[in-house]
Amino acid sequence: MRKAINVEVNGKAHEMFVDERLSLLELLRDELQLTGTKQGCGVGECGACAVLVDGKAVDSCIYLAVWADSRKVTTIEGIAATDGTLSDIQESFVESGAIQCGFCTPGLVIAATALLDQQPEPSRAQIRRGLSGNLCRCTGYSKIIDAVENVAKTRNGG
Amino acid sequence: MYDFNSYTEAHSIDEAVRALGGNPNARVIAGGTDVLIKLRSRDEAFVGRDLEGITRIPGLAGVSVDTQGDITIGAATSFSQIENDETITRCLASLGTAAGSIGGPQIRNVGTIGGNLANGATSADTAAVLLTYNASLVIHDSSGSHEMPACEFHTGPGKVRLEQGQLLTAVKIARADYEGYRGSYIKFAVRQAMDIATLGCAVLVKMDGNVIEDLRIAFGVAGPTPLRAAAAERFAKGKVPSGKILEQLGRICLEDTKARDSWRAAKAFREQLITVLPQRAISQALGGDGNA
Ligand SMILES: Cc1cc2nc3c(=O)[nH]c(=O)nc-3n(C[C@H](O)[C@H](O)[C@H](O)COP(=O)(O)OP(=O)(O)OC[C@H]3O[C@@H](n4cnc5c(N)ncnc54)[C@H](O)[C@@H]3O)c2cc1C
Ligand code: FES
Ligand code: FES
Repeated sequence: MRKAINVEVNGKAHEMFVDERLSLLELLRDELQLTGTKQGCGVGECGACAVLVDGKAVDSCIYLAVWADSRKVTTIEGIAATDGTLSDIQESFVESGAIQCGFCTPGLVIAATALLDQQPEPSRAQIRRGLSGNLCRCTGYSKIIDAVENVAKTRNGG
Repeated sequence: MYDFNSYTEAHSIDEAVRALGGNPNARVIAGGTDVLIKLRSRDEAFVGRDLEGITRIPGLAGVSVDTQGDITIGAATSFSQIENDETITRCLASLGTAAGSIGGPQIRNVGTIGGNLANGATSADTAAVLLTYNASLVIHDSSGSHEMPACEFHTGPGKVRLEQGQLLTAVKIARADYEGYRGSYIKFAVRQAMDIATLGCAVLVKMDGNVIEDLRIAFGVAGPTPLRAAAAERFAKGKVPSGKILEQLGRICLEDTKARDSWRAAKAFREQLITVLPQRAISQALGGDGNA
């Protein structure tokens, strides 16, 4: 069965008729061609598919597309400015060498964005906890934590 | 694409219980962090079912306190909401700890306390803690609603006392079951996040001077269901919680547990944890700020 939903994705309103069995990840990637959001595990373990729904990070692989009805979704494509200018978090990932293959990066940038919204001055332990729903097979995490710590420092004027 | 048959969303408890009661193929879905995982592995419990969404039912998510001081937590309240709720932090701190120990941020934003209980897992982090608060569960069906003590809810691995057509709507904790108590929850797991408990231990203690007036101990993964350690609780009453008494108490916990081997840990290791974790949890509860 298909259902009519109204969803705002990266600031743009969409009225869609979606199969109710679809995950939000499938809706984003296959119907809206927003392929920045990745599928890793498909079962909530790796965070590669993380997006913001009404500002909260969720794993879109285990989130039904119909649950996004009347909500605002932000994907990695909506994190950078429309002219392509990277967000401070994205910039910091680049500067801190927090990216190798890049597969985990969209999900980690989303998780870090949500974390710093809720905890503007996190300790290193709080950063680790805030990113604990995301796996990275390449970097060993230290530089990712550095990246987030550096953003927090810069935002807080130091 | 998930292989369920249909999805509908209830906008009231009445609507949900009508849909569930009138269709033997209907199943509840809350945050889906168990249901959708099972569907991915084509678990027959959910493949081809008619899923009834409940998370948009007004009033089903949230924490409230009535004039008596009794606390009600809606079944669709997420772990993030619980962890950050002011009433929970003040009155039911160990429940906040348990909610904060679950999965990672994305799971906590979506997973619900009702799903944690109804899923029936012995490892459910909130289940053991709720046993220490003598929580009561509110269950609705087409004929109305009734309450059931949380300790009667789990009947076996993955099995709870909910019949087709019944919806768990709230968890209630009476003021007398938290006021004056201090609680703590220790989740022993290999990782500090995104891991299921090897053993979970919740305690709730009320002191009368330096003597234990009341003590409640509950475990997850120490048996097929979350359970209370009644013999150890009886032993502790009226005693001063010295190192020696706590050590004895830890051993007595084994009288009520039925730990077993699993790929996560051997029975002998779990039994070691059963004797050690309550001691740590009690010290933590007594040392920390605990509850009001
Ligand atoms: C990556 C990952 C990590 C996890 N880590 C943990 C962890 O550390 N600790 C832990 O305890 N759990 C963990 N879980 C399991 C899961 O997140 C929890 O059990 C969660 O509480 C389930 O809630 P839900 O709302 O998502 O339930 P759902 O998946 O929607 O439902 C679970 C079950 O309960 C039933 N149900 C749900 N709500 C109701 C209701 N109100 N009335 C009647 N029946 C209902 C459903 O029919 C289903 O059988 C994890 C899961 C994942 C995917
Ligand atoms: S793909 Fe969604 S959590 Fe791994
Ligand atoms: S950079 Fe390759 S998975 Fe993280």
